[in-house]
Amino acid sequence: MRKSYGDPIAEDLRYVVKSVVGEENFIDMIPNRSNNYCCGGGGGFLQSGYKEQRLEYGRLKDAQIKATGADYCIAGCHNCHAQIHELSEHYGSNYPVVHMWTLICLSLGILGPNEREYLGDDLKEVLVFHPESAM
Amino acid sequence: MAEEAIKLGREKKSIFIDKVKELIPDGGNLNLCLTCGACSSGCPATGLEGMDPRKFLRMAALGLDEEIVASNWPWMCTMCQRCVYVCPMKIDIPQLVFNARTLRPREERPKGILGSCDMALRNDSGSAMGTSPEDFDFVVGDVLEEYQESQPEFADMQAPIDKQGAEFFLNQNSREPVTEPDEMVPLWKILHLAGADWTYGSKGWGGENYCLFLADNESWEKLTRNTAGQASALGCTTYLNTE
Ligand code: SF4
Ligand code: SF4
Repeated sequence: MRKSYGDPIAEDLRYVVKSVVGEENFIDMIPNRSNNYCCGGGGGFLQSGYKEQRLEYGRLKDAQIKATGADYCIAGCHNCHAQIHELSEHYGSNYPVVHMWTLICLSLGILGPNEREYLGDDLKEVLVFHPESAM
Repeated sequence: MAEEAIKLGREKKSIFIDKVKELIPDGGNLNLCLTCGACSSGCPATGLEGMDPRKFLRMAALGLDEEIVASNWPWMCTMCQRCVYVCPMKIDIPQLVFNARTLRPREERPKGILGSCDMALRNDSGSAMGTSPEDFDFVVGDVLEEYQESQPEFADMQAPIDKQGAEFFLNQNSREPVTEPDEMVPLWKILHLAGADWTYGSKGWGGENYCLFLADNESWEKLTRNTAGQASALGCTTYLNTE
């Protein structure tokens, strides 16, 4: 979205994230906005077969995420989610990587037991909607 | 002392960088490099295969086309555009890289990307996993029904396919319906609560476009026209790309 419309439109997403997790719980990574680094999941890299190089590309992103000290990383699209999730495991930090929709529904109290694949243990059991429907 | 100026190399043939300059607006400013290195210093692909964006641009400018064809680096640049953002001359290196991908015959491009593009061309879904419109329809219907029952607050929730006149046309990464269908639901819930009038398309619901990454322009266009055409045919006014 930022690529097509520039930084101001991405501020709308910051508004959403802050509303969901609370202003004080939001930590921007550095550098951010258009100065930020790509995670390495884009451009077809995920399917290119160059796995070692892809993980090396993502080293910078992983370090950036760790430096925030945040408990969770939110990924904006599927490619980024897959890549950052793998970085989190590969480089050993194991921070959970979540989709935006997961956190929005969690904050609204409508996230069911089978929609929590990517939440960490600290949130897995929090505010479960219809726990009896667990599969 | 030489009487004539020494001539270097052969006749100048049409080189790769000249072709790219013709293709993109303002020639991508590809002539304007100051060799400052700002692009390379902030590029996560710097160092991979002994390459970096400034070096790649210099190689192209020097007409080292064979070396460019031989390098796998164009498949390791994600075309993220950070280099353009920091470049004082706004040089479009990612476009140069993208076009470098076309220098190899289609069959010699990375197998995974090639396979994903071919899968997407198999049927109307445009899914890199080759999932058919029928299978998508089945999964969506099945999951929706299950949630309408198990979470009665969402008994009225819809996940329509080909709903005529819907405002939003939504696409979907194939991995969700195919491997983790429960992950589709939170987004449906949000759209439901927001009162959004939306629909998937039986054609072009697949959100990923590996033909773009393959630099197979014809197939890329075909997939894009397929999905955009479906959105128009349904009368949708906004296309929501989740990828
Ligand atoms: S940032 Fe721009 S001007 Fe500087 S080396 Fe890179 S391409 Fe050249
Ligand atoms: S577009 Fe390519 S060359 Fe430019 S910063 Fe991104 S990965 Fe590096």
